[in-house]
Amino acid sequence: MGLQEVWFILIAVLFIGYFVLEGFDFGVGMLMPVLGRRKDPEGDTRRRVVLNTIGPVWDGNEVWLITGGGALFAAFPEWYATLFSGFYLPLLIILVALIVRICAIEYRGKIDDDTWRRRCDWGIVFGSWVPAVLWGVAFANIVRGVDIDADKQVTSNLFDLLNPYALLGGLTTALVFALHGAVFLALKTADEVRTDAVELASRLALPAVPVAGAFVLWTQLAHGKGWTWILVAIAAAALLGVVAFTRAEREGWAFLLTSIAVIATVALLFVSLFPNVMPSTLDAAYNLTIENASSSPYTLKVMTWAAAFLTPVVLIYQGWTYWVFRQRISTKHIPPSIGLPLERR
Amino acid sequence: MDALDVSRWQFGITTVYHFILVPLTIGLAPLIAVMQTMWVVTGKDHWYRLTKFFGKLFLINFALGVATGIVQEFQFGMNWSEYSRFVGDVFGAPLALEGLVAFFLESTFLGLWIFGWGRLPKLVHLATIWLVAIGVNASAYFIITANSFMQHPVGAVYNPETGRAELTSIWTLLTNNTALAAFPHVVAGAFLTAGTFVAGVGGWWMVRSMRKAKEATEPEVAKKHEDTARTMFRPVTVLALWVMVASGIGLAITGDIQGKLMFEQQPMKMASAESLCHTETGADFSILTVGTQNNCESITQLIKIPGLTSFLADGTFDSTVEGVTEIQARYEEMYGPGNYKPNLFVTYWTFRAMIGWAAGSALLAVVGLWMTRGGRVPDKKWFGWLSILVIPTPFLGNSAGWVFTEMGRQPWVVAPNPTGVDMIRLTVDQGVSNHSPWTVWVSLITFTVVYGALAVVWFTLIRRYTIEGPLEHDAHPPGDDHDEPEEPGRPEQLSFAY
Repeated sequence: MGLQEVWFILIAVLFIGYFVLEGFDFGVGMLMPVLGRRKDPEGDTRRRVVLNTIGPVWDGNEVWLITGGGALFAAFPEWYATLFSGFYLPLLIILVALIVRICAIEYRGKIDDDTWRRRCDWGIVFGSWVPAVLWGVAFANIVRGVDIDADKQVTSNLFDLLNPYALLGGLTTALVFALHGAVFLALKTADEVRTDAVELASRLALPAVPVAGAFVLWTQLAHGKGWTWILVAIAAAALLGVVAFTRAEREGWAFLLTSIAVIATVALLFVSLFPNVMPSTLDAAYNLTIENASSSPYTLKVMTWAAAFLTPVVLIYQGWTYWVFRQRISTKHIPPSIGLPLERR
Repeated sequence: MDALDVSRWQFGITTVYHFILVPLTIGLAPLIAVMQTMWVVTGKDHWYRLTKFFGKLFLINFALGVATGIVQEFQFGMNWSEYSRFVGDVFGAPLALEGLVAFFLESTFLGLWIFGWGRLPKLVHLATIWLVAIGVNASAYFIITANSFMQHPVGAVYNPETGRAELTSIWTLLTNNTALAAFPHVVAGAFLTAGTFVAGVGGWWMVRSMRKAKEATEPEVAKKHEDTARTMFRPVTVLALWVMVASGIGLAITGDIQGKLMFEQQPMKMASAESLCHTETGADFSILTVGTQNNCESITQLIKIPGLTSFLADGTFDSTVEGVTEIQARYEEMYGPGNYKPNLFVTYWTFRAMIGWAAGSALLAVVGLWMTRGGRVPDKKWFGWLSILVIPTPFLGNSAGWVFTEMGRQPWVVAPNPTGVDMIRLTVDQGVSNHSPWTVWVSLITFTVVYGALAVVWFTLIRRYTIEGPLEHDAHPPGDDHDEPEEPGRPEQLSFAY
């Protein structure tokens, strides 16, 4: 296997890591107002339970995207350049959503004021829904292909990107991430919040399983390879398993299975793409492939050494963080707000 | 404006914004690590309170720093795709290394630090903030090696078949002399920023506590306030003042080294920093120049120091420094017709502003060390105000320095290395993406509006938490009366929750 194949796999691994880890972060943010309704007298405490399940880890999870972007730049600069200049407006919206989400999460508890918290909650919900939908749209378009001309410029406009297959992709990521988040919440919370999260997960499975199933099947039929039926089967089996384990309140297994469903789906997208990295719908001669989009052998070699040494270290300390904060949280664990009033009394 | 101008404005605005926040993070993380170490070593609760107090300010700043940093990672591809194609082979490596080495480290261990109070053993918890401090500085190193490649490309060859720069030696790239000079300069600037911030806030609170002590009618209350000033704010202020002195010296030395490198490697930047229109032997350093800076023939130098520019360039007062006009002619011969001059007005004044703003910190350092000499605790109101008013100056100096470095490189995005590979050079108009102006306008306006709104929130929070001072609920560390739980069990409440 050549280094270009290795780096194609590593990029896929980085994005799989991103979608598995940020998938439930997005889901948690998306479901925060559902599990902590405003009318509920304990609404705010419940919202804080939900938010604090990802409290210590969401920032580290997001770095998978930054590193994925950096690795894309280093290993496949043509891919990086074509993708990010070609998907300009969707990426802009994703970036704004991520900016707003970061600040909303960090600043929410800083001021003890209902209006302040409400605005931050809006920021968290917006910042979670928008990327959850748009990443699906973007990746579906990468697999489907866009208009790339001889100069490696994407000439599709925004409306071309909103085709049925891509929209189904966006719906899929939104629903699967919401389900992933609900199952994660069931695993990480205790008492009433947990009960509600389990129920929410069962309900979310109803739309998520058929929609994701349809998207995976469409991907396989239109772009898949023969053996990728295995990934389709794994994704489908995992999603059905989620339903069973959620009903049985075996959250650990259910979470493992939503993770597997995300992994299988993203893997299917990447394998369907291979050996292209961005196919052109204008002419197959204009396709960006791992051959014509990659860096030089030397750069790939250097980066391979770096990744081989550093990735295990990162995995160990990130795993340790999850271990440190493994305990379930309930409303009892949430301390009173230590935020300041907006103005000095 | 065409897409090139809008893209340049956008990159400038987003980067300057990012770099308002970054130096405070780079400098404050180690300072907080020192404060926490002092607590762990001495066992004095004052240091714990200071760690929590400055830790809150640090986190408010860190969040926005991260948020604005994400944009930078993608903006190369979005707005500068042709540049990304040209240098991606070289430029991508330090960016990916930055993610793998530094971003994972800082973000993961910062999460552990924030939420680990009372849950991790004391020393492990202390290690987390030190790892954050290492992470933020490591990230600076990698991104500066990337930037230094644009200033002084090394370690790469030009591949005529692909028309791209290709990396030949990662070691040469990571030990670029430009990077080895720029990194300590940036870190010294960051330490000066954080030192000034801590000394400013600490000095203001020291005065405030002393005045509260004076005004108090009950002796107990008076003693409490004086105790706060004397045992908490005085030590941290003095510590920060010495950090300022050390980083100020570091800035001057590294700045001088950088100037000499610039003279060899980017003569146009050096000449335009001086508005030196024509080659001179024993060139003077101008302090004040009037006239239309961008028109070489119309400027008059009012105040100048004889021979100083030559001295800055290579250490002798009578060396020859090439002027803008001569370099322009030489470049036209080498690279074909074109305008190779940066904006002389901006480079001239940002260079002076960068140095000039350091006077703010210098003033606070001298006055502060004098006011606190021999165990004194100042209570003069003017000193409290001076402390606060000086805080913005290093931020302005940092911005001015970066604007000078980056705009002095124009029109190049990859400046040619006079002793390097000839074909590794790119002008900004060759590097920009092929977008319609309105596309870039949309993102420019969006980022400016979002950043503007968040800047207001950031400033409100920093101001609010500074005025509030160290909080009562942070007076004593968690688990103070009993030791940290051996097994991270199930505490009734989390020590911290968003």
